[in-house]
Amino acid sequence: MKSKAKHYSRIKCQQWGSPVYYISFLLFKTKFHPVSGILLEMAVNGAVTWLRRAGEMDGYGLSASDTEEVHVLAVDDSQVDRKVIERLLKITSCKVTAVDSGRRALQFLGLDDEKEASNGFDGLKVDLIITDYCMPGMTGYELLKKVKESSVFREIPVVIMSSENVITRIDRCLEEGAEDFIVKPVKLSDVKRIIDCMMTDLREGGGGRRGINKRKLRDDGEDRSSSSPPSTLSSSSSSTAPCSPTTVDSPTRRLKMTSFEEHVFSNKK
Amino acid sequence: MDLVQLQRQLVDYRTSLYHEGFLDEQFTQLQELQDENNPDFVVEVVSLYFEDSERLLNELSKALEQQIIDFKRIDAHVHQLKGSSSSIGAQRVQKLCIVFRNYCEAQNVEGCLKCLQQVKHEYSIVKTKLESMFQLERQILNAGGSVPV
Repeated sequence: MKSKAKHYSRIKCQQWGSPVYYISFLLFKTKFHPVSGILLEMAVNGAVTWLRRAGEMDGYGLSASDTEEVHVLAVDDSQVDRKVIERLLKITSCKVTAVDSGRRALQFLGLDDEKEASNGFDGLKVDLIITDYCMPGMTGYELLKKVKESSVFREIPVVIMSSENVITRIDRCLEEGAEDFIVKPVKLSDVKRIIDCMMTDLREGGGGRRGINKRKLRDDGEDRSSSSPPSTLSSSSSSTAPCSPTTVDSPTRRLKMTSFEEHVFSNKK
Repeated sequence: MDLVQLQRQLVDYRTSLYHEGFLDEQFTQLQELQDENNPDFVVEVVSLYFEDSERLLNELSKALEQQIIDFKRIDAHVHQLKGSSSSIGAQRVQKLCIVFRNYCEAQNVEGCLKCLQQVKHEYSIVKTKLESMFQLERQILNAGGSVPV
């Protein structure tokens, strides 16, 4: 678990650009002092070179909250479910931040007000987002979209939880870039599987094949807003509107990659 | 009643709750998440469930008293109740919620009212049973024993 979490942090580093940023943040206040700022810059560059070399051998994590624990952001409007998911994640040795809405999740990530967290350093780096689908205000699907639209956070795996076992819903989420879909009630085996899969994906080079397929969909020039699939759900803008889709018979907790690929390439919306 | 008798009573009581369909395997799942470092986990989750449920049942009563019934809103509340019941393994309440939602979809006021009564009834039964169970557990702990799993 130790090197894996750090490995993932390394991917984040590369994505965000100069590793100097990470170390700079650690000594944030000093950075802007004229003299020590310069000295710091020199020290930092030296440190980064050293770290980069060391990092080659064993992935480095340069986050201020550099811990060996996976940090999960759990989103659910139900306090019962929040308590359960929190416990499930803690038992799986994750650090957990539980929030009650998509909006709060975005705030936590620093993505609210349509502003991207590009300069600000998120000291509480999130390694995984696990969110309920059906929530008043912003649904889990909308949260997923916002995360995947963000150049800073799109690499964070997002897992959707739902009490409704609906193929169209699962498809929609996976197509939008969700890593996995859990049918509620959530069990310990579900959480363990998610964390294990996440760690495996990271070990195999981050993003995974599925992630690449999703990006392809996004890059092919389609106007996504007009091509979004007709919703079987009631309008998400209404806070009283429930999620009441048609239920399909065969339960699928997780689509196998092959059937998903078939679906994606033969059924483009 | 001595400790051994108390423990036996608890096991029997718990078993009956499963047999009679009040609780399902999700409740077992919650118990497995409890340990010496988190000895009150189940009680805490169930307390939250009671809080949520009572609020939702109140909302449902009010909503069904309105001149114009907002079925979407009622369905949303029932959906929430169904969800939290499922999360703690309150099987009978959960199943009734499914029926309730069907009546909402059919915009059947009578059906909804009847269902609401049934849900309130089932909820109060499972609440009483869970509280009795917790009380037995407390008695065992107070007698210096450990709660059988």
